[in-house]
Amino acid sequence: MTERGGGAEGVRLSGIAKAFGATQVIDGLDLAVRAGEFLTLLGPSGCGKSTLLRIIAGLERPDRGTVAIAGRTVDHLPPAERDVAMVFQSYALYPHMTVAGNLATPLEMRRLALFERLPLVKHLSPRRRRVMRGILAEVCAVAEALRIDHLLERKPAQLSGGQRQRVALGRAMVRRPSVFLMDEPLSNLDAALRVEVRHELADLHARLGTTFIYVTHDQLEAMTMSSRIALMDRGRILQLGTPEQLYDRPASLAVATFIGSPSLAVLEAVADGAGGIRLGSLRLPFGHRFASGTRLSLGIRPEAFALPLGPEADGPALSARLARAENLGAEWHLHVRLDLPGEPAAIVRLPAAEYAAARAAGLLEDPLTLVLRSRGVHLFGPDGARTAADSARALAAE
Amino acid sequence: MDAAVPLPRESITTRVLRPQRRRALTGAAFAAPATILLALIHVVPIFVLFALSATDYELGAIATRAVGLANYERAFADPAFRRSLANTFLYVAIVLPASVLLGLLVALLVHARTRSRSLYEVIYFLPVTSTLIAMATVWQFVLHPTLGPVAAVLRAFDRATPSFLTEPALVLPTLAFIGIWQLVGFNMVLFLAGLSTIPRDLYEAAALDGAAGAVDRFLRVTWPMLGPTTMFVTVTSAITAFKVFDTVAVLTQGGPMGASSVVLYAIYLEAFQYFHLGYAAALTVIFLAFVIVFALAQAFAFDRRVHYA
Repeated sequence: MTERGGGAEGVRLSGIAKAFGATQVIDGLDLAVRAGEFLTLLGPSGCGKSTLLRIIAGLERPDRGTVAIAGRTVDHLPPAERDVAMVFQSYALYPHMTVAGNLATPLEMRRLALFERLPLVKHLSPRRRRVMRGILAEVCAVAEALRIDHLLERKPAQLSGGQRQRVALGRAMVRRPSVFLMDEPLSNLDAALRVEVRHELADLHARLGTTFIYVTHDQLEAMTMSSRIALMDRGRILQLGTPEQLYDRPASLAVATFIGSPSLAVLEAVADGAGGIRLGSLRLPFGHRFASGTRLSLGIRPEAFALPLGPEADGPALSARLARAENLGAEWHLHVRLDLPGEPAAIVRLPAAEYAAARAAGLLEDPLTLVLRSRGVHLFGPDGARTAADSARALAAE
Repeated sequence: MDAAVPLPRESITTRVLRPQRRRALTGAAFAAPATILLALIHVVPIFVLFALSATDYELGAIATRAVGLANYERAFADPAFRRSLANTFLYVAIVLPASVLLGLLVALLVHARTRSRSLYEVIYFLPVTSTLIAMATVWQFVLHPTLGPVAAVLRAFDRATPSFLTEPALVLPTLAFIGIWQLVGFNMVLFLAGLSTIPRDLYEAAALDGAAGAVDRFLRVTWPMLGPTTMFVTVTSAITAFKVFDTVAVLTQGGPMGASSVVLYAIYLEAFQYFHLGYAAALTVIFLAFVIVFALAQAFAFDRRVHYA
């Protein structure tokens, strides 16, 4: 990972607010993006992530707040002068121009005077030819880096989705901006290509070392590429952190349910007044301080359930009925109903080997016994915030 | 095959072919009305036109004789016809670019409006909905050297009113002005439709690329994306301009001294005032040839440059 300047200033947003009519899309948002990091704005559709990106680009004017890029306030600057480049979801390539023309456009706009861009009149400029030759060399270099140099003479309509995506990327790269903005650039690609381009993007980020701000609703993209993720909902950032932080230490129940697939099971629990919780007849110790009787939520990741095999046999256990078992090849997903009031549903993730062993040992007969592992169990207070008490440690201590 | 078996009444080929033939006949029956009408209204008249153009037929004449290409020879030697041909091309040369460019300009301005947009659309489109013959009479009043509002305005500035419709140098530009007035609204609506199909993303990409000024936005995005619309507008405007007749017939009758005579008016005079149908047919053929050459040249020039999305 090449990180340029560690904690240096990339993009700073302070107090950004934006409303469309009566709808408050972004509500007093602060965010500091470090220089050189790959920051993903993740969230469900309509959470304001695209609007935020467009505000950074200068395509949208915030109602309040300021945007600073590389330590420089850019609120008054038009998009082209903000030193950012953007890859659009639709790619927004100029359909009447060749790939070479598309890639050259940002450079032509910067290096040629207005009269040198006008039809006919442009040929009067003595230096235009020299400038264009320089631009062409750079265009070729970028096209080669993206492996689209054999497509330079084609028009966008003659390209496949993946090739268009690369051209859009090239048009952003050719200017060497200090920040790349990407608005769901993979959403128009098929599944196989998406995985491929995901690797290429991560690779590109490592090579360029430029700040990437990437918008997506796909947690897989966010988890696999990002240095940090800002999880957004209803115009606010729910949590900002590394993919590991978001997954292992979610700040709230909302974060915990959004991140992770399949989703974690959420069970109703009651505080017992001694730092523990009651889950049906089961008591689990946590170091929390809620008064006795407080309603809490217990989140359990699918991989935090285990079958009582060998070393996993000890630990707090729940009984459950198996509803359905899904084979995903390397692992199995057991859809179960827990033997608790309301019969809450949960998903158990088992490696294929464990599943086979459990079946051989007859552990998949109803009722199942599910042992809770120490990792992936989170306790959330009545306000949805995760309790400071580290559930992993608490469970391990028992 | 056993020779003793009697041959079937119909051979196998007939039986296989029968449903096919029936289907073909049904198809032909359905297509017939349109085909016959098309032939009667468009194809036959053209052949009749060609045939007539080689005769000295006069309306109501009992006898007629073939004259070969004599009518054409006469036409090219006829100063009145040559003048009307030149006038028509001059009229098209004024009306075509002006109506297309003004239509585009108005469309760009109207497109940028948000709340008042539909108001402007209606205002500019009104001339299209009016009957040109009726409107020609209105223009006659507007441009009247003593009674018209134009004269009143010019008088207020102590300027004499030129006689727009009787001054030989002014009459054709005046007619062209009325033609433009009638066409701009129509072209504007077509350009507006074209403008609304340009994706907003492209303008945003252009803004990020640095093409934010009006000139760059227009040259990089708007103009190329309007290519197919522009081609359509240009061809329809050219056809409308070539067909100019109403205003000439109502306002000037080709005068003064043929200064505003256009081809269609000349043909009309020959055919229905002087009853020289054979000669008029020859003029029509010549006019048709000019229009076809013009249209082909236009289509060819456009087709190489226009980008179809």
